[in-house]
Amino acid sequence: MSAPAENEPSGARGPSLLESLRLRGVRKTFGSLTALDDVDLDIPRRGTTVLLGPSGSGKSTLLRCINLLERPDAGSIDFGDGPIRLGGRLGARTVRSVRSRSTMVFQQFNLFPHLTALGNVTLAPIHTEGVPKAKAEARGRELLEKVGLGAKADAYPDRLSGGQQQRVAIARALAMEPDVLLFDEPTSALDPELAAEVVAVLADLAREDRTLVVVTHSLAFAQRVADKVVFVEDGKVLLDGPPKDFFESEDARLRRFREMVSSAV
Amino acid sequence: MWADNLPRLLLAALEVTVPLSLISFAIAMVLAVITALGRLYLPGPLKVIPWLYVWIFRGTPMVVQLFIVFFGLPNLGIVLPAMTAAVVTLALNTGAYASEAVRASILSIPRGQFEAAQTLNLSRRTTFSKVVAPQAFRIALPPLMNDFIDLVKGTSLVFAITITDLFQVGRQIAAANFQPMAMYTLVALIYLVIVSALSLLQMVLEKKVSAHVRTS
Ligand SMILES: Nc1ncnc2c1ncn2[C@@H]1O[C@H](COP(=O)(O)OP(=O)(O)OP(=O)(O)O)[C@@H](O)[C@H]1O
Ligand SMILES: [Mg+2]
Repeated sequence: MSAPAENEPSGARGPSLLESLRLRGVRKTFGSLTALDDVDLDIPRRGTTVLLGPSGSGKSTLLRCINLLERPDAGSIDFGDGPIRLGGRLGARTVRSVRSRSTMVFQQFNLFPHLTALGNVTLAPIHTEGVPKAKAEARGRELLEKVGLGAKADAYPDRLSGGQQQRVAIARALAMEPDVLLFDEPTSALDPELAAEVVAVLADLAREDRTLVVVTHSLAFAQRVADKVVFVEDGKVLLDGPPKDFFESEDARLRRFREMVSSAV
Repeated sequence: MWADNLPRLLLAALEVTVPLSLISFAIAMVLAVITALGRLYLPGPLKVIPWLYVWIFRGTPMVVQLFIVFFGLPNLGIVLPAMTAAVVTLALNTGAYASEAVRASILSIPRGQFEAAQTLNLSRRTTFSKVVAPQAFRIALPPLMNDFIDLVKGTSLVFAITITDLFQVGRQIAAANFQPMAMYTLVALIYLVIVSALSLLQMVLEKKVSAHVRTS
């Protein structure tokens, strides 16, 4: 189950100097609605940061801004080699370079239905990074093995369960060798048994000292894997600290949130 | 009577109707993809160009378009041979219709597919060729085959611009032997055979592009 050559310097970028991912003053509005209200946030390297917060608080928007799936109105992002301004018009190269640092795993998996599991995992390495096909496929099989799907390399997404599809999506993200893996409610579309398979894979990744940022509604998951909990409400970071700060906080809003989430089915 | 006339009809089908259909459809597909992409992705004001094209060619009868291209354009100094005029008109007409099928197929691809392509840092070109096109093709295939079949039958209008196609040969024979019922039935059967071949092709292609879809 070990992943060889994990920290191989990735050619073009050289050895990463990443200390942490640092967001400053990130602002995102949709019309008159302020989804992110000047968010400052540090994501520690080699650790799992869990984003919690009520529905509509801006968790997904925050994650999507890190990957530029959403373009912030203002703010900056710093991967340890200098801040990059995110507001205004961004050049295509800036966008590509910011995106290359993180990869998103979506709630709805978003696998490419016309490609096999292996095809999904190797598409970007082959066509974006120019990795030779044989090498990309060998690596792809390793990654599928790692998420417990070595036997499903040639299966199309339509023939996989939701949990298996999400694990393929995780392998697909790992193939990008990003500095940061972003997960937006990766188990919300899954039945509990299937969610458990995915949580197990996430816990494995957390143990490997990768940098994960996970949006979830599961306090159990947060308790199990979080090194840091960030609580978001109304587009603002209300709390940012070790898990016990969140779980033991007497703040009325946090208590109400904990009770509401734990009583939800 | 069959023995005399069937070869003449088949020859007209093979020499005129079939190649006219194939060439026009090939050009129509290129026009359809360019037009659909233009309508989806050109910057605002430029979108009118593909829109105007579709508006005009869907909004006027094909036989009138044929007359304008063959009989009308010479007034402007553009003289096209009848076959060229036919290919131009059929391709432009079918391209306008088919562009809508192509556009709809691209629009039907879920946003999540584009977001997955973005997070994987795929270029626009790779996103189109490896993610969008294969999925869109499967969705567009049935309506495009409809357009293809319409095109084959639409070639029967080219007799009006002096082309001796399958239908025109049928008319000539019927006029000579006074057997319009038999002749036109025979002509209809030949069209039916050509269209059936296309339906068969559609079945094969659909099977091929649906390998990844579980059939219940
Ligand atoms: N594309 C969009 N257009 C308009 N409003 C949006 C858009 N995306 C998000 N919003 C709004 O921004 C706010 C934050 O949304 P976001 O999806 O980030 O919340 P969330 O914390 O992820 O919620 P949930 O837990 O329900 O997923 C919400 O009020 C939402 O309606
Ligand atoms: Mg969300």
